[in-house]
Amino acid sequence: MEWLQQLFNGISLGSIYALIALGYTMVYGIIKLINFAHGEVFMIGSFTGFYAIAFWGLGFFPALILSMAVCAVFGVLIERVAYKRLRDSTRIAALITAIGVSLLIQYVVIYIRGAQPEAYPNVLPNRSFDVFGVQISSQSLLILVVSVVLMIVLQFIVHRTKIGKAMRAVSYDPDAAKLMGINVNNTISATFAIGSALAGAAGVIFGVYYTKIDPLMGVIPGLKAFIAAVLGGIGIIPGAVIGGFVLGIVETVVSALGFSLWRDAAAFIILILILIFRPSGIFGKNSKEKV
Amino acid sequence: MKKRIMKILFTLGLLGMVLAACGSENSGDTSDGNGDTIDIGVNMELSGAVASYGQSDTEGIELAVEEINEDGGIDGKQIKVIKVDNKSDAAEATNAAIKLTSQDKVTAIIGAATSGNTVAQAQIANDTETVLLSPSGTSPNVTIKDDGTLNEFVFRTSYIDPFQGTVAANFAIDELGIKNAAILADNASDYAKGLGTAFKETFEAAGGTIVKEEAYVAKDTDFRSILTSIQSADPEFIFIPGYYEEVGIIVKQAREIGIDVPLMGADGWDSPTLVKLAGAEALNNTFITNHYSSEDPDETIQNFVTKYKEKYNGESPDAFNALGYDSVYLLADAIERAGSTDSTAIKDALAETKDIKLVSGVVTIDKDHNPIKSATILEYVDGNQVFKTKINP
Repeated sequence: MEWLQQLFNGISLGSIYALIALGYTMVYGIIKLINFAHGEVFMIGSFTGFYAIAFWGLGFFPALILSMAVCAVFGVLIERVAYKRLRDSTRIAALITAIGVSLLIQYVVIYIRGAQPEAYPNVLPNRSFDVFGVQISSQSLLILVVSVVLMIVLQFIVHRTKIGKAMRAVSYDPDAAKLMGINVNNTISATFAIGSALAGAAGVIFGVYYTKIDPLMGVIPGLKAFIAAVLGGIGIIPGAVIGGFVLGIVETVVSALGFSLWRDAAAFIILILILIFRPSGIFGKNSKEKV
Repeated sequence: MKKRIMKILFTLGLLGMVLAACGSENSGDTSDGNGDTIDIGVNMELSGAVASYGQSDTEGIELAVEEINEDGGIDGKQIKVIKVDNKSDAAEATNAAIKLTSQDKVTAIIGAATSGNTVAQAQIANDTETVLLSPSGTSPNVTIKDDGTLNEFVFRTSYIDPFQGTVAANFAIDELGIKNAAILADNASDYAKGLGTAFKETFEAAGGTIVKEEAYVAKDTDFRSILTSIQSADPEFIFIPGYYEEVGIIVKQAREIGIDVPLMGADGWDSPTLVKLAGAEALNNTFITNHYSSEDPDETIQNFVTKYKEKYNGESPDAFNALGYDSVYLLADAIERAGSTDSTAIKDALAETKDIKLVSGVVTIDKDHNPIKSATILEYVDGNQVFKTKINP
């Protein structure tokens, strides 16, 4: 039964990676930028949820929605202030800017509220129940359900709505999309808004699930989600989800085998192996250009 | 005109130097034992990163000095405290020690609150033959140099880190009747590794079995998979030496996946943040070792608690307050037995300390200048620390 329990642990961890990875992959898909500030959007989302719950007394779902809204606006703001004017410059310039934005957000938050960690209040009833010998807490089950629902909603937006169609068109060929009358700027902003909202949701879920949040909390999950996005094939939405779950399960298995100190190393070894042997990821088509 | 001003300044400067020299000569006299006071330097972290430790130690020290002076001092001599702030910085701690030994010529130094800042003064203490007593530096290398030799003039009031591991093992076996235990330690900290090793040695020597030994990395947030694999080994008890930031989450996640056995840690758990992170309910059936508890019914302790509350607006004293307080009594006892303020005599008397009753236990100093004393076990009940028992070494 231990393995079933470990599998469940891995899926829970993976669902958080997947939610963050979606933002990475969407932004990359549309403007070919690895938005390293995405982990900080996740952190802002987590803190928004924290203040909403702890000081305004909101429940889990209102806090989740508020945090998604705040992050959507925040994500668009980052794009408009920092990335928009670099759209025609080299990709390395945009990448370095992203790292700068990431550090700026981290340390502004530390400047405002200090670096001390915060304990997330208990908003969800937490009862464990036994399913085939696996202890499943109601909290982690709800979190898993929320993550999956958000992914389904995203899939719907991308494939069944007008803005989704525009996003796919811009991703495929921005110039042609422009000629067809698609407002490229708005579409890119919408992509940032949706990706950031998912990161905000992941932030609240992370806080509830892992309790401790601090201003530098976005760094490691952000990097892991980046690995998940690359693993699934960066720019490909289902790839990010699968990449997230695979990474969560791999990390859990590594720990379960008694190599808990190698867990982070395992994630980065995956990144190196993927970049060497299949740079376009599990779902990516091999094209030389992308390397 | 300019020359004149320079002349005046020069004269003033000379005058100042002469006066300063007189001043230091005076204080030199008193510390030779000819005067009517005994000067004790206090080299503490009064500001900076770990100021709360230094301030707590100092509060305890001041209370004890006040008491001793009211009772007529040591051999009729009043204790005079000379406080220096080392700003939680090792270089500043060294400077402060130089000032205390060369300018103030103190009989002994109490300080610092942390191991690192105490080690920074050890060389000065040995060179100038001044007794240095750290109230709360718990790392083994405070009294023992890196090459394994003893720091002749350095002592401490607190027990050393690994001792808490030994105590936890004895408690698990004797009080809880545990046979199979697991250890989950912070891989990056010497503190946690030292405790874990000591626990393992004692536990196995007493016939127990360690069924699983796992490690985690500080700043980690997901411990579920490690805990699941510990759970599958079916331990009756888990020892988790570490600091409250991670331990809080570990305890919460352990209870979530259905681990309901007793969990135990050491003074690294001792923070209100722990209760916030883990939740009061998850913390039930967990224990920690600590230096002392203000709830201990022992008479010496209750006396101290009452006096402390009188002096400091009803606040309950913490472990650092108690250790600072004990340090003064430990030193006073040695000076009394030495019968003089000669440093070497005090050092020898301190090394021979035997069965002195202090707030943090009955203390005997061992050959490594560490105290042998009991440790207090606290239990978390609904988020509050409750005095459980005392374990003797």
